[in-house]
Amino acid sequence: MVYRLIGEILIVVGSLFLFLAGVGLLRMPDVYNRMQAGTKATTLGALSVIMGVGIYHPQWFFKTVLISLFILLTNPVSSHALARASHNTGIPLAPGSVLDRYQEDKEKGFKEGENDS
Amino acid sequence: MKTGVSTVVLFVLWVAMTGSFDPQELSVGLLVAAGVSLIAPGVAGPEPVKWLHPKRYLYAVVYMFYFIYAMVKANLDVALRVINPKLPINPGIVKVKTRLKTNAGKLALANSITLTPGTLSVDVVGQYLYIHWIDVKSPDIETATQEIVKGFEKFLEVIFE
Repeated sequence: MVYRLIGEILIVVGSLFLFLAGVGLLRMPDVYNRMQAGTKATTLGALSVIMGVGIYHPQWFFKTVLISLFILLTNPVSSHALARASHNTGIPLAPGSVLDRYQEDKEKGFKEGENDS
Repeated sequence: MKTGVSTVVLFVLWVAMTGSFDPQELSVGLLVAAGVSLIAPGVAGPEPVKWLHPKRYLYAVVYMFYFIYAMVKANLDVALRVINPKLPINPGIVKVKTRLKTNAGKLALANSITLTPGTLSVDVVGQYLYIHWIDVKSPDIETATQEIVKGFEKFLEVIFE
């Protein structure tokens, strides 16, 4: 059963990425870097696990593809909202950070960008 | 026209989610899709005619492979940084410019950026995106745009514009 083996491998790889996301959350210095580790690794981890299940049980494959698509669409949006909210409530970047264009432009009132949002 | 196209789109989604071709399922699905499209024709986007261009789907499929490649690369990159005892990061927020004009296009771009190499979208203001970059290679707008945005933009332009 080759497809079962592929499914199992995907599930294991997915859990590994989820584990690394956890480690990243603990090790990163500030909220933005933690979100980097959190978003990317959890998205790929979850996708990998879900697709692994879909391959293990081929009759679910199409549904797992749809679930993956929804995760792909929604997961980054939530982390984007969190990052924006943290910045707007004044949480600073970690001390080693190089630059913060967002802060500079916020002080200038977004003259160059103009329009909505 | 608008109602018709969004009916088709919703119906395809219905079939995909139920995963059955039973005549009962199909007829109920068609009724629901038509009903929703009549009440809310905007449900499939402001210009649903865009769903009918085959070129967009072709690019979407190619983009998906490109995206998966970029995402796996991003994860390995971040994972290596996380397990490296020295924690080699050089973070900062940079500003990049995009050519995309539609909201759907900007959303797809911001999402793709968030899921790929060490970058996280913080805000979108007009044509500019503010990106938290885990390893800032260059503070200036053009170089950062080149590094972060260009790869996705050429696909997304065809898919969403």
